[in-house]
Amino acid sequence: MTAIFRPRPTLIFLGLLLILVFWLSLALGPVSLPLSDTLLAGLRLLGLPLDVGDTQQAELILGQIRLPRSLLGISVGSVLALSGVAMQGLFRNPLADPGLVGVSGGAALGAAIAIVGGSLLGGLPPAVEPYLLSVCAFAGGLIVTAVVYRFGRKNGQTDVATMLLAGVAMTAMAGAGVGLFTYLADDATLRTLTFWNLGSLNGASYPRLWPLLIVAVGVALWLPRRAAALNAMLLGESEARHLGFNIERIKLELVFCTALGVGAAVAAAGLIGFIGLVVPHLMRLLVGPDHRVLLPASLLAGASLLLLADLAARLLLAPAELPIGIVTALIGAPFFLYLLVRGRS
Amino acid sequence: MLRANNLLVRRGQRTVLANIDIALRPGEVLGVLGPNGAGKSTLLAALCGELPANEGTVSLDERKLADWPGQERARRLAVLPQSSSLNFAFSVNEVVGMGRLPHASGRVRDAEIVAEALRAADALHLAGRSYLALSGGERQRVHLARVLAQLWPGAEGQTLLLDEPTSMLDPLHQHTILQAVRDFAGRGAAVLVILHDLNLAARYCDHLLLLQDGLPHAYGTPANVLTADALAAVYGLQVLIQQHPERGHPLIIAR
Repeated sequence: MTAIFRPRPTLIFLGLLLILVFWLSLALGPVSLPLSDTLLAGLRLLGLPLDVGDTQQAELILGQIRLPRSLLGISVGSVLALSGVAMQGLFRNPLADPGLVGVSGGAALGAAIAIVGGSLLGGLPPAVEPYLLSVCAFAGGLIVTAVVYRFGRKNGQTDVATMLLAGVAMTAMAGAGVGLFTYLADDATLRTLTFWNLGSLNGASYPRLWPLLIVAVGVALWLPRRAAALNAMLLGESEARHLGFNIERIKLELVFCTALGVGAAVAAAGLIGFIGLVVPHLMRLLVGPDHRVLLPASLLAGASLLLLADLAARLLLAPAELPIGIVTALIGAPFFLYLLVRGRS
Repeated sequence: MLRANNLLVRRGQRTVLANIDIALRPGEVLGVLGPNGAGKSTLLAALCGELPANEGTVSLDERKLADWPGQERARRLAVLPQSSSLNFAFSVNEVVGMGRLPHASGRVRDAEIVAEALRAADALHLAGRSYLALSGGERQRVHLARVLAQLWPGAEGQTLLLDEPTSMLDPLHQHTILQAVRDFAGRGAAVLVILHDLNLAARYCDHLLLLQDGLPHAYGTPANVLTADALAAVYGLQVLIQQHPERGHPLIIAR
């Protein structure tokens, strides 16, 4: 079994799917907008001077709420999926997850410190709080990943097996830290912490979107430049070296892209599991393991899947909202089990 | 030309390879023999820069191996490891095509080379199959095709290092593969091949290096190296040496 589908039609299909899901994500919600209004309002927001009657309400909902939320979903989904591809290539294991290098655990710890620490200090000014949370989460992810990477270094080389084990240990330590802060938290803070740990695109705003969008675009432009090296890495590290690739540098770049991408995604939307694991795996089944196709396919599918999960999160219990991490885990975990069983037979 | 001068490699306190002086000459196949743990793979790892030498130097075209930019080195030096751990469903064409990654010869030319290298390794009929669906011996031939493609068509100034390329092959393919390696050297490339089968080594190699405990025990033509005394000393194996009735090379028969 290699690729089931030819690369180009699959990529075109995934692109069209993303456009469709994006459109639905803009139109559907507690206030459902007709699809045509959504399109017209969207075109007006883009500055087209269409005279089509009253789309003011649609424009407001679209511009201020749904557009940043949908763009945030696209950024989070694509960056998680791309990081998953990078980690599965780095560890040469199709079941690797971007959290393996400790970035998710570190980000969770950073966020817990910001949330609980802030409330223990008697509350932070509301203007600062969301930014401080994001910065702490992002920094926590980067710091823990750097420590994990440092553990893997020996004699100028990076041992990915050591790094993997260090990642498990550091994630456990970060988990203990989160547990400690959870224990210290009062009821209101606990709720914030819990929601954050389950992830949500709720409360998306442009100031929260921009940093992640920039990181996501950077990662999406950088990783495909390393597609050939990632292919060679799957042969084995020494084989890739014999094919002329600077493997130590590639490994550093992959870890750095993942830390940056996942760190920014977690900082913006909390912990959202399984996208980084399931999407690359699914895409590998569809288009084969060649990273020149796998990377763009995962980017598109990750974005679509996260938007769909977000749609489910806001529609299933409307007007209440389900944390998106619950939805992705509910879809992802059974699928993961299915892959395990399938791989065994 | 790949050349090693007075190479010495330690692992921890133990010296695992010493007194190695070899030059891989264009058009020649050098066979490396020795019991398990004699330092054959260590030698190969040191020659391709995988394992840094504690003493001595390895140079490629009079330039230290470590000073070569990766891509330029990969166009001159290809290495086939003993085993591969590829665990992803690439097609055979894609695996062999990775040998072309250091080059910028274009998709059309690359596809031609992949087909020619596959034909040389008698694996052209596997081209569209998934690598994971292949048997061990088929995989080994695909990887050989990959390193052949990396240097194809093979010319003076290029070096191929092979670690037991026939270990999983049936008797016929042991011969076809080593003949393909011979032909490859015939176009000007230098080849070093680690082998266990003494008769294959006698038939396909121009020179042999017999290692014992990390030291060269004998170096020379097959007729000079494969003597009953040397094999008894290195392997502890009692053998009769005869001449191949048609080809004249030594034929080793265990007593």
